[in-house]
Amino acid sequence: MADVSASGPILLTTADGRPLKEALARAQGQAKRRAFMLVLPLLLFIVITFLWPIAQVLHQSAYNPKFSDNMPKIGAWFAANPIGTEPDEAAYAALAEDLKAAAAAKTVAVAGERVNYEMPGTRSLFTAGGRKAKTLEPPFKEAVLAMDAKWGDPALWGVMRQVSSAYTTDFYLAAVDLERDPDGAIVQVPENERVYVNLFLRTFAMSAAITVICLILGFPVAFLLSVLPMRYSNLLMILVLLPFWTSLLVRTTAWMVLLQGQGVVNSLLVWAGILSDDGRLEMINNLTGTVIAMTHILLPFMILPLYSVMRPIPPSYVRAARSLGATSWTAFRRVYLPQTIPGIGAGGLLVFILSVGYYITPALVGGASGQLISNLIAFHVNKSNNWSLAAALATILLAAIMLLYWLYDKLVGIDKLKLG
Amino acid sequence: MATTSPNDAFVAFEHVQKSYDGVSLVVKDLNLSIGKGEFLTMLGPSGSGKTTCLMMLAGFETATHGEIKLDGRPINQVPPHKRGIGMVFQNYALFPHMTVGENLSFPLEVRGMGKSDREAKIKRALDMVQMGAFANRRPSQLSGGQQQRIALARALVFDPGLVLMDEPLGALDKQLREHMQFEIKHLHESLGITVVYVTHDQGEALTMSDRVAVFNDGRIQQLAPPADLYERPDNSFVAQFIGENNKLAGTVEELTEGHALVRLSTGELIDATPVNIREKGQKTLVSIRPERVEFKPEMMPAGAHTIDAEVVEIIYMGDILRAVLKVAGSADFVMKMRNTLGQTRLVQGQKIKVGWHPQDARALDPM
Repeated sequence: MADVSASGPILLTTADGRPLKEALARAQGQAKRRAFMLVLPLLLFIVITFLWPIAQVLHQSAYNPKFSDNMPKIGAWFAANPIGTEPDEAAYAALAEDLKAAAAAKTVAVAGERVNYEMPGTRSLFTAGGRKAKTLEPPFKEAVLAMDAKWGDPALWGVMRQVSSAYTTDFYLAAVDLERDPDGAIVQVPENERVYVNLFLRTFAMSAAITVICLILGFPVAFLLSVLPMRYSNLLMILVLLPFWTSLLVRTTAWMVLLQGQGVVNSLLVWAGILSDDGRLEMINNLTGTVIAMTHILLPFMILPLYSVMRPIPPSYVRAARSLGATSWTAFRRVYLPQTIPGIGAGGLLVFILSVGYYITPALVGGASGQLISNLIAFHVNKSNNWSLAAALATILLAAIMLLYWLYDKLVGIDKLKLG
Repeated sequence: MATTSPNDAFVAFEHVQKSYDGVSLVVKDLNLSIGKGEFLTMLGPSGSGKTTCLMMLAGFETATHGEIKLDGRPINQVPPHKRGIGMVFQNYALFPHMTVGENLSFPLEVRGMGKSDREAKIKRALDMVQMGAFANRRPSQLSGGQQQRIALARALVFDPGLVLMDEPLGALDKQLREHMQFEIKHLHESLGITVVYVTHDQGEALTMSDRVAVFNDGRIQQLAPPADLYERPDNSFVAQFIGENNKLAGTVEELTEGHALVRLSTGELIDATPVNIREKGQKTLVSIRPERVEFKPEMMPAGAHTIDAEVVEIIYMGDILRAVLKVAGSADFVMKMRNTLGQTRLVQGQKIKVGWHPQDARALDPM
């Protein structure tokens, strides 16, 4: 044995002379391939149903070819002439040809919709233009303007130049209440049209409030769960998990029954003489209702990570602190609480992320003041058909959550995250 | 040191009872006085009430009845953080989110001590356990033995007069455990503190203590210095719990002052010293330590009764030879022989006669 180590680092081989590394790779290769085959279905599932759609959403938030695909000639004219060039005969000729071609392909409305996002009220201009495009004769400038004088609006030309490129930041600008003026400069939208920034702020503020309430309510429950003997804590755990096993709709409806003007809570308060009959509290179809219902729904997501962190903390830590001279409050603050931080972080992150994207509860009990950004995303997907704006809003939400995650990693460390 | 009256006791349990469920008592009428500077060990099997007693003294459990006094002052109503008792826990209970230095600083900070005083005390305490270079480590970066030392230093850093230790060496391997026993004993002597030590390891109890209280079934079975405990057990439980022990059941045939003649169920007569038997005809259990059994006639006192034995098995253990003998019908009688050059080597199946000095055989209660 000694002479082997004395000869220095040599290439180790197997008994039949093959290099050891190669033999090892071969021996483990099959096991690795088998293991990979086992996870392959899940991997494919995630890629197809999760990663690919997310990539699509990200792409769509910055890419919208509705105008550029259907009106290529005018796009070419914009590319050849710098910003500020007066539209000349060639420009109107390109516009007329594009309208003709788009009318033939029945895509004028699609192109018009894209312009309509930026400049409301222009969709009908395009559909009407498409109907009359066949009759247009040179000189095209006069012919187009004769069709509708709005075609000469410099603002319209500004927007058309803007949407003639498929890749755009317009939707992100719109998502934070900004727009481009006809000169291409970025300005805030008129005050009465500013929606999204406030909604983002409200969503984050409300999620933060729900997270804090969940923490305050959940911490003692999790502690109780962690110190009770198993048979009692199991029972209590069932009570904590009960909301999970009930349909979201049922739970939300139950809150409506409880909180409405003529509901259980108000009636009890009036009956007890705490409220007068005409002073009933408005607790539903507003922000209050949304916070109450969402706190209830998200509470288990706070309790479970906290519980999983608290359960293994032996009582001897607090006892040790007490025996060393700490009051029960000091022992809690300096010894117990710091050890639960991974649970607080995990629970807080979970509840915050879930509530930022929550849709159904605000939609049902939020009323006008309880609407969150997710409700507006749904509106753009289902009603206004502006998927690119919906995608941009969703992307901003995703980026905000990633930022939060990064911040948590910096402050607490993601390896300390304990989800259960 | 060993004998203290309740008046000058540093720690005193007076008629203490403890029940968790209101149905059964875990500690039944405990009376115990511990002198200042004494090293007292509570020894017993699990569930015997020893840890409960320690927790009551520390203030984490309340006595259902009776009084606990520390330095003459009743402490039943004093919360744990005002008792000023240092405690070493079974799993060390070092705060994982603090460094070693911060762990030691904790008891000083909560006492409002200034920074420079704290640093001096921390340094002294760490040096005391030879861990001076580890102040900036986290507990998780230390080995079990090192954590043990830090736990010890933390319990001592605020100069408590009384230190409680709850099976502090239970998680260490044998060699380290023996080494730490010596160090704890040494610290106890050099600091002059009072130590109450809980363990279920009798070797530990015998090595370290001034006195040992053997607990069973919520009562102290015997409270005595280690040598008395081993050589002069008061009852069958203590005799069997401490060390290895041969027991022979029989009936008292003759009883004189300091001597009893016991007839075994198989008819043989043996000599014994009466301990807690009162009259002739009483059932008894005679207890003899394996190393006090003799098989060479010249080693036995004149006139001693001997008893027939057959060698069942010889186990070679290095320093000793252990013979399992068939005596009085059962094959569980053990005799230990020193492995010396001139030692007679017994062989399996050999028929011998064994005997002992009457004072080594103690006639106890039949359990």
